[in-house]
Amino acid sequence: MTQIRNQVLFTLVIASVAAVVVAGFVGYAPNRLVSGKPIALWEAAGGPSTTGVALLGGMLLAMCFTSPGKTLHSAQGSLATVLLLLVLVAAGQAASTLALGAKPAVRISLGAAFWVLAACAALAVVDALQRLGAGPAARVLAVAAIGAGVVVLALAGTFDGLSIAREYASRRQLFGDAILRHIALVAGSVGPAIVIGFPLGMAAARRPRLQGPVFAILNMLQTIPSIALFGLLIVPLAALATAVPQLAALGVGGIGVAPAIVALVLYALLPVVRNTAAGLASVDAAVIEAGRGMGLTSRQIFLQVEFPLALPVLLAGLRIVIVQAIGLAVVAALIGAGGLGTFVFEGLGQYAVDLVLLGALPAIFLALAADFILQTLSAVLRQRLAS
Amino acid sequence: MIEIDRVTKSYGDRRVVDSLSVTVGAGELCVLLGSSGCGKSTTLRMINRLIPTDAGSIRVGGEDVTRVPAEALRRRIGYAIQSIGLFPHWTVEDNIATVPRLLKWRLAQVRERVTELLELFRLDPETYRRKYPHQLSGGEQQRVGVARALAADPEVLLMDEPFAAVDPITRDALQVELAHIHRATGKTIVFVTHDIEEALRLATVIAIMDSGRIVQLGAPLDILEHPANDFVRDFVGHQGLGLKLLSVRRIGDRLRRGETTEGEPLSLDASLADALSAMTARRADRLPVCDAEGRRIGVIALADLVR
Repeated sequence: MTQIRNQVLFTLVIASVAAVVVAGFVGYAPNRLVSGKPIALWEAAGGPSTTGVALLGGMLLAMCFTSPGKTLHSAQGSLATVLLLLVLVAAGQAASTLALGAKPAVRISLGAAFWVLAACAALAVVDALQRLGAGPAARVLAVAAIGAGVVVLALAGTFDGLSIAREYASRRQLFGDAILRHIALVAGSVGPAIVIGFPLGMAAARRPRLQGPVFAILNMLQTIPSIALFGLLIVPLAALATAVPQLAALGVGGIGVAPAIVALVLYALLPVVRNTAAGLASVDAAVIEAGRGMGLTSRQIFLQVEFPLALPVLLAGLRIVIVQAIGLAVVAALIGAGGLGTFVFEGLGQYAVDLVLLGALPAIFLALAADFILQTLSAVLRQRLAS
Repeated sequence: MIEIDRVTKSYGDRRVVDSLSVTVGAGELCVLLGSSGCGKSTTLRMINRLIPTDAGSIRVGGEDVTRVPAEALRRRIGYAIQSIGLFPHWTVEDNIATVPRLLKWRLAQVRERVTELLELFRLDPETYRRKYPHQLSGGEQQRVGVARALAADPEVLLMDEPFAAVDPITRDALQVELAHIHRATGKTIVFVTHDIEEALRLATVIAIMDSGRIVQLGAPLDILEHPANDFVRDFVGHQGLGLKLLSVRRIGDRLRRGETTEGEPLSLDASLADALSAMTARRADRLPVCDAEGRRIGVIALADLVR
């Protein structure tokens, strides 16, 4: 029996095959409120795309049994990238074909087989990059290539038939506003969290006795469920707005952006403070002692030695905070803060899954993009320190 | 060059340095020798004000150290420590250039100085200046650490067990280099160690410390031959005392000038311990001796060692 050389890839291929055979590639529903009838890949996407997917899948399967090498991993990465884009094209084609001649109310949604195929193809790309030992530059290149492919496909109207695109088309203006509002909520909370949390973290690093009470409070805040915290803030902020009319004029109130920002800042504090303290504490005491002994001022030691050496850990904290804030800001729509959560809760209320996805997918992509950018930054920094 | 006058330092009610006075002349290499907790490091760190004194005064070059801002004082005093503390995110060149840059030297001058120091420590400037600390061996890191301390050509160099963490062979080499640099530059050095062999090897003056006081101050030979009390006698050790005595005396003192014999000559600067070692290894009781230029100028004989 032949030996499986790449078990990760093998698992991905098998999972994809199973999903394509068992589950629907797209769902067909007569209107947006009922759930769709699953339609298999070969029925939905037509001959050429199905053959293409099968061919690429077969080649990737063959690679599982080939002895590893740089060329093989590069080929795996390229094929998986093409497969990912082809799956997207197939979904778009399926939607346009099925929608052709049907009533305008008909909705073509993405099915389980699509999600599994796309996820497996993406993971196969990641696996290839990992096996190649790719550095930050190669990873950025791969992500840019896939991103550019998706953008080109979208601009060419490939996805226009899909229900999620139909939801988008009817909310184009709202969507743009929502995504900007979402980013503003994140930036508006992460900024203050850094301004408050960084000095607090520095103080905790300098005076270990502070760490007990500071972390006790921040940990407790972190355990409050987000909806509960939003709710808890309604009363005090409403009271504050009544007491100080100038604040009310600025938009502060029990609901809306103000309580959302306050809650997001409170949640962001723990990671910021913890990573600041940990980052500064990780700087070798001998290095600081030597700096002092040579006549660097405290300011010079901080700016030239402690801060740059702590930076990778600080960036890791920032990464956690931003990704967390992007997710929590979705929930903030409940108290009228706007953002992508608006679509999620509107969709939940109407039982319209595609509308939920219109809010959830961009939020996920924002989080992934932020995570990727900050991870790349800290990888570059670590490479330069390499100690 | 350094005058420490009745300096005291306490932590809580524990007196770490107790009314200690010592004067280190210009060009001396003074070793503060003692077991851990005797106050030697504290004393050293009070000289560059890393630790403030409770009482007493310290003068460097005649000037009270508290008269100048601490940072300005430290830039005039080289400082090397056991854990080295090289900046891991800076190259060797940047590390060595730390103090010259703080003092706003011209770029070309800084570069020239780095080259000079790397050469002094036998590290090829073109290979090493761009390396990062983690790319160096322990011995190389310590050389860069000492080079960094010497960078701005300070009048005084403070060293806190700088060679304690490197392996014995590297330590030997570093001690030889330091002795060489001390002779070549004439710097005033205060050197803290708990290692009696290291002290005997390097010091022009040894101050033996216990419980925050100096128990005996004197030249290495002086301390070996006339220990002031039982504590010093115990500390320098009865065992191997003879060998220690041989290690601090030079061949030059016992030379029979004008005589000759066969064999590879020993250097005039070598210790009598080196001579004994060579005689044992070569099964010879007379060995030729040469001067710094390599001219054979005499003979050292086994009988001369015990005179």
